[in-house]
Amino acid sequence: MDDLIQQLVRLLFQLLMLPIGFLVGSTIERRHIRDLDEREARYRHIRVNNLKRITDPHTVAHAEMVVGQVVIATDYYKTFVTSIRNLVGGEMRAAQSMMTRARREALLRAIEQAAAMGATELWNIRYGFSNISQMRGRQGAMQVELIAWGTAVVRR
Amino acid sequence: MIVVNTETIPGRRITEVLGLVQGNTIRAKHVGRDIAAGFKNLIGGELKGYTELLTEARRQATERMLAQARQLGADAIVNVRFTTSSITSGAAELYAYGTAVKLAPPDKDYAPQTATAYADEVSHG
Repeated sequence: MDDLIQQLVRLLFQLLMLPIGFLVGSTIERRHIRDLDEREARYRHIRVNNLKRITDPHTVAHAEMVVGQVVIATDYYKTFVTSIRNLVGGEMRAAQSMMTRARREALLRAIEQAAAMGATELWNIRYGFSNISQMRGRQGAMQVELIAWGTAVVRR
Repeated sequence: MIVVNTETIPGRRITEVLGLVQGNTIRAKHVGRDIAAGFKNLIGGELKGYTELLTEARRQATERMLAQARQLGADAIVNVRFTTSSITSGAAELYAYGTAVKLAPPDKDYAPQTATAYADEVSHG
């Protein structure tokens, strides 16, 4: 009997959290993407590449490494959708959008550091990724950490 | 200390490769942050507490790498890379590594490369 009540409570929680997670989660996501678009437009003058060898070294005034880091999580609705996806297979759009946002945010933070230094170029960009979710397996929200780093270059 | 993640430092000649230098740290999140993150798992978005935590961890790993390089008498660290891994649930490791090198003195054709020297150059016109 106690078990049944527990199950019922869990089901009710799920039914309640799905629409909340969907509404709040997608609002936060939309706002984040709009913010990313704006900031990326602001720093469009900084050229970013992943080449190792910096060209025209004699015009370089200063070179320094910059790093950007972010931890991001999926909302309840997306967690639910991805767990369904795990059963039927196919492209995980919900998880993909989170990864894209995290990557853009991490790179932007590195770019902002470069801009503060007066740099116009960012060389040899690399990304690191790790899944720091607390719960293993299929249930539980995804929490991912993205780190982007590169060498900011100020030209004379 | 010049730190870059390219294989060369523009305008400077590497005279000696001293070897790999590395720094790591494993950080546990505390309960308060876990609770806040638990809420965020419902609505999604950035986990600011964890970002701060891992940024702090990265700084410490980098600092340890720099200390190693200083001990070797290095002038710069090139080709720096980072990796993160979750050890157990609730703890993350941050690992920074690069190659410590010695540099030839700056050529008169080349501008100074260190941040301080650069700042001096800017402030003195």
